[in-house]
Amino acid sequence: MSFLVDIYKTLSDAIYINLIKEDRYLLFIKGLGVSLKLTVYAAMLGVIIGLLVAFARMTKNKVLNKVASLYINLIRGTPAVVQLVIIYYAILGSSSLPKIVIASVAFGINSGAYVAELIRAGIQAVDKGQMEAARSLGFSYGQSMRYIIIPQAVKNILPALVSEFIVLLKETAIAGYIALDDLTRMGDIVRSRTFDAYTPFIIVALIYLYVTSILTYFLGKLERRMSISD
Amino acid sequence: MIKVVNLHKSFGELEVLKGINTEIKKGEVVCIIGASGSGKSTFLRCLNLLEEPTEGDIYIDGLSIKELGKDINRLRQRLGMVFQQFNLFPHMTVMDNVTLAPIKLKKQEPKVAQEKAISLLRKVGLPDKDHVYPNQLSGGQKQRVAIARALAMDPDIMLFDEPTSALDPEMVGEVLQVMQQLAMEGMTMIVVTHEMGFAREVADRILFMDDGIIAEEETPEEIFNNAKEERTRAFLSRVL
Ligand SMILES: Nc1ncnc2c1ncn2[C@@H]1O[C@H](COP(=O)(O)OP(=O)(O)O)[C@@H](O)[C@H]1O
Ligand SMILES: [Mg+2]
Repeated sequence: MSFLVDIYKTLSDAIYINLIKEDRYLLFIKGLGVSLKLTVYAAMLGVIIGLLVAFARMTKNKVLNKVASLYINLIRGTPAVVQLVIIYYAILGSSSLPKIVIASVAFGINSGAYVAELIRAGIQAVDKGQMEAARSLGFSYGQSMRYIIIPQAVKNILPALVSEFIVLLKETAIAGYIALDDLTRMGDIVRSRTFDAYTPFIIVALIYLYVTSILTYFLGKLERRMSISD
Repeated sequence: MIKVVNLHKSFGELEVLKGINTEIKKGEVVCIIGASGSGKSTFLRCLNLLEEPTEGDIYIDGLSIKELGKDINRLRQRLGMVFQQFNLFPHMTVMDNVTLAPIKLKKQEPKVAQEKAISLLRKVGLPDKDHVYPNQLSGGQKQRVAIARALAMDPDIMLFDEPTSALDPEMVGEVLQVMQQLAMEGMTMIVVTHEMGFAREVADRILFMDDGIIAEEETPEEIFNNAKEERTRAFLSRVL
């Protein structure tokens, strides 16, 4: 029995110093807010870049093609954390922009490459016969894309996009490298004050898990809805 | 109506069409037969420029397709096409499949287009399927909707590329029947098919294609009873 009491006491002590004392739970909440904001800004930028790059890759213009695939290869062939640090120090670090903006740009540029590929894959997954049927009716290429191909591609792309956002949220955990106070870094800050190496990060892990579970739940719903009229 | 002169088509090194010459008159029903890989689909797809010919020319009502430029989309409106794999738009109801092109391309009032669609769907024997999605239809029904979709643009010519080859045997008849009715109404039709019964009964003329050329071109009676070319007879003896 006393064994159980010990566990209880250890746990409640840990929770007390890592969450309650000096209102430390506020640090986690603040960190989560930063992580979410960063994810949303980066996702928006990533979708815009992704759309542009996807179309650049699919046009017949050879220069655009080359530039787009160079960008995609560069981003996908290097670690996100390296990209973040380079963009921070070499490109934007000298300006007086807030760190969250710099990080959003860096993660947006990173995400854009992945989004571009999943948009392209989503469009190419639409059966070739669809474009031919549309063209044979007299639709131009643009009209065929607009009325026939894109509406079907969206069904492939949207679920993949939500998955990408889940990945992105977890990816932003490296924002601490440029001293942005995101959720993971807050865990580190609490650790440095409480000298408890485990509890802050277990709390951080649970918070990430909670948010990604919500997103995964919506992803499942979305996937079911998208498959209804197939 | 259509005149094909020395039509060649290559995919890279592979020459698929090696000089096709023929003429199709208004109201004619022409069936194209021949072994798989002989270039039947490629020929059909050149007629509405889904494939670009590498050499030769096609005249439609005397106008060369080379001089079309942007009018290619207008030309395609006059050539309805029905595919082996149906290619209905899966994200739209049957009604929207049939009315999309007339509404967007011919600027028809939706109400007018829908009334027309209803009468076309009745014609192909599917009067009560307008609000259904394609995935709820059988193969035969899908192909009949595809025919209605093509007819909705009031084409002058209908191209069919093996319209019954992807169907279960029991559904072949319902599609052929719709096509036969269309032929009797005077539609100009070019039909790639392996249905020799249909070709014999409905075609005014049969083109036998072999290895990228038209090896023989004759009335059904001549082709089936009296083929001049040895390879025509060999092909027919294999499929009949
Ligand atoms: N888009 C293409 N690219 C390369 N080869 C093709 C293409 N389309 C058809 N072919 C080739 O052309 C030949 C004729 O094909 P096709 O016209 O489909 O014949 P058929 O319809 O008589 O069976 C085949 O050898 C086929 O592999
Ligand atoms: Mg074929």
